[in-house]
Amino acid sequence: MSTAALPQDSELLERFSELKPSLTPQAAVIEATRCLHCFDAPCTAACPTHIDVPGFIQRIAVGNLRGSANRILDANILGGSCSRACPVEVLCEGACVMHRYNREPIQIALLQRHAMDAFHAGGYDVPKAPPDTLDLHVACIGAGPASLACAAELQRRGGHATVIERRELPGGLNTYGVAEYKLRAAESLREIEMIRRMGVEFRFGVTIESTAELAALEQEFDYIFLGVGLGAMQRLNIPGEDSKGVINALELIAAYKTGQIREITGTVVVLGAGNTAIDAANAAHRLGAETVYLLYRRAERDLPAFDFEYEHCKQEGVQFLWRRQPVAIRPEHHGRLLLDTVQVKQIDRALQPVPDSMDTIVCDMVVPAIGQSPLTQLIQDKRQSTLLCRRRLRQRRPRSGGRRGRRQALGSGHDQGRGGHLCLTFMCAASPAASILPIPSGWPRRRRRTAASRSCAPSTPAGVARCGRQSASRSLMSAPAIHPWIGRACA
Amino acid sequence: MMGLNNIELISDRSVAENLRELAEVKKYYPRHAVIASLMVASTREAWHEIVQRAEDAGADGLELNFGCPHGMSERGMGSAVGQVPEYTEMITAWVKEKARTPVLVKLTPNITDIRAIARAAKRGGADGLSAINTLNSITGIDLDTLVPRPDVDGKSSHGGYCGPAVKPIALNMVEQIMADPEAALPLSGIGGISSWKDAAEFFLLGCGTVQVCTAVMHYGFRMAEYMAEGLENWMRSKGFNSLAEFRGLSLPKVTEWKNLNLNYKIVAHIDEQKCIGCDLCYIACWDGAHQCIHMDRVSGPVNGQVELHESPSTVEWRSRTAIAVTPVTRQERAVDPAVHGPYPTPLAKIPRVDETECVGCNLCALVCPVDECITMKRVDNGLSAESWEERTSGAVCVQNPNVS
Repeated sequence: MSTAALPQDSELLERFSELKPSLTPQAAVIEATRCLHCFDAPCTAACPTHIDVPGFIQRIAVGNLRGSANRILDANILGGSCSRACPVEVLCEGACVMHRYNREPIQIALLQRHAMDAFHAGGYDVPKAPPDTLDLHVACIGAGPASLACAAELQRRGGHATVIERRELPGGLNTYGVAEYKLRAAESLREIEMIRRMGVEFRFGVTIESTAELAALEQEFDYIFLGVGLGAMQRLNIPGEDSKGVINALELIAAYKTGQIREITGTVVVLGAGNTAIDAANAAHRLGAETVYLLYRRAERDLPAFDFEYEHCKQEGVQFLWRRQPVAIRPEHHGRLLLDTVQVKQIDRALQPVPDSMDTIVCDMVVPAIGQSPLTQLIQDKRQSTLLCRRRLRQRRPRSGGRRGRRQALGSGHDQGRGGHLCLTFMCAASPAASILPIPSGWPRRRRRTAASRSCAPSTPAGVARCGRQSASRSLMSAPAIHPWIGRACA
Repeated sequence: MMGLNNIELISDRSVAENLRELAEVKKYYPRHAVIASLMVASTREAWHEIVQRAEDAGADGLELNFGCPHGMSERGMGSAVGQVPEYTEMITAWVKEKARTPVLVKLTPNITDIRAIARAAKRGGADGLSAINTLNSITGIDLDTLVPRPDVDGKSSHGGYCGPAVKPIALNMVEQIMADPEAALPLSGIGGISSWKDAAEFFLLGCGTVQVCTAVMHYGFRMAEYMAEGLENWMRSKGFNSLAEFRGLSLPKVTEWKNLNLNYKIVAHIDEQKCIGCDLCYIACWDGAHQCIHMDRVSGPVNGQVELHESPSTVEWRSRTAIAVTPVTRQERAVDPAVHGPYPTPLAKIPRVDETECVGCNLCALVCPVDECITMKRVDNGLSAESWEERTSGAVCVQNPNVS
């Protein structure tokens, strides 16, 4: 694995120049000095990984950039990616008390990026326990943010993690799915290189699809962490959706990020109006499409994307078509596509087509972006192990009742209702999963970490299954070492 | 800029050149007063000579620099003189033998009690004083080279510190001088004056004039214009027609600690409409003051005047678990007035002052980032004014017979 796997594409860099330039060292100190260092800071509470925001900002203000980065990494090993990809407007910066003072919030994301860039530029390593502190071998399936966080956490505590990924490059959404003007694939890979230096082993091009493959893993490892994310994009279920020229949003984004699509011409229609749809529409526009329509079956006020993403998309020049639904996709003679759409009206929450409102859009590319379906098969295959795990945990459940969240996470693995839309929420899953492993409570102690992550667990697609290599003496039942952790977290 | 450290000496130009320039300035601006600031070797002849030459060049007054704390003091000048009352009196007397124009003595703050030197200058016949000169300082050390700043080829030396940081020290010394009948003379205030407000404060403690240098070095001579204009506006709003009308008005309001009213009680008051929930006051009060600001308010409807508070154990539990139950929400759409209550900040994030425990130390008001959010309010405790002296006057003061 190396960043050399991606060719430096100057045209791509130019088309997708960074939305926000990074801070100069002096500007970073000035911005850091502006932070009030709130007590029990709302930004820390609003961050899904609960980074100690005032703590790392204070370290920037006094010129301790390495300490600042360590503070970030302590809570969030992918702090660099998150500082670029996070929708901070609705998280930490949205919670900043400066809003109530009619002032601009502290630019937390840019400050975090400043600290993390300095850390990467310095080539520092993440502090971790001496190797072999923990004789624990864990396979993390999938090399997305959840697995990476779980693997890094294990490595940090002196265990051994092996990440198994079906694609050529690690990072999952971070590498393949985040808009290039926010987070470059090379940045993501640089961060994963840091995780690799912690001792995490990577296996690429390996798929785990059959029960036999899983069984083999169970023989090899003590635990298996399922960080597989979501499955295939949901289908439109309209005629012609498999025509040439129809490419789903995630494929489009991954293709341009890896240089497979260099240019788009003509008219592009994006179906859906979530954050991914907006990324795809912006990408199509930046790749050269003359006209980009974004088709949404509901009204502007129902837009599922973040407000700031919508504003950005309008500025990019994307045209929005509200209350329209695709009906069919037909090929046209000159290799173009005909997209039949119909106007819909909303009665209560139900959508009904308006009679005689059929309209056809002539276009060159149709990009469905209507969400991903849960990846359930693998979970179902592992259900017995998972249930076993759940039963064990339930027996040891402390009286406080704070464990309910984790039990759900282990039982269901996937939450089918909410899915995961942020790299951050995936990462949150990793911590509780890692923390149920029999890990000594002593080192390194992280403040409020499990308690923090517990709330996020039900919504995230991750779980841990106990496997065969685990000897009886190290089973969860007989591993009292974990209980101080859990007890502390739930106190 | 909070302060400025200098290790330079008085001038890199010769006396002759200085005096020529003085004469030139006087020629172009005949109606403006020029004061020559003098520092020469501590002999009668040297002082007589420089006084003669400065006055011949057109100086309207003389300032004797007995304050320079670095360099010149090693050669028996500057603060080497200003730190010894006898030398100050002697040299002031020498100058007065010769001088035809008013003589000011510039005092150093690098002493235990500035009044001793001020009295000596007055005994020596000085017509006025100026205070303060710079303070001995080392401003910092370069953590790469380990050489203190400023680095002069690998070595450094202490310098004189000036600028806004020294103003509180200067104000105290000005007050000490002007409140002492044996020391008080017309005084020219110096020390961190960078705005009309600073100037007004020096005048209110009895200064007749003020001197500005650091602010001019920073922003140029236009500072004088800004200051004059600001002072004039303030005087107009307060109804003062001249400097004399308000000069020294604050002097009677400074007294010794023993005369302060011990029964004067003020408590902190937090304006819930302005509080932004940073809770800096809470941590300041707990870690650095009197542990009387609490975070135990209950969000939600408050029944009339009765405000609900949580028990300490509940507060502790909430603090331990708060971070875990924070939902990852779309905050721009998640503002629920029912949770927030009537204030911009959720009630649970607005601290409460326990007025019975509050001692009025003021720390919370100082750390609060919002103007007028925390104010100190007077509380009527039903007690009449009583000072420490009055409270202890009933006690019998026994003098040790062994001490004469």
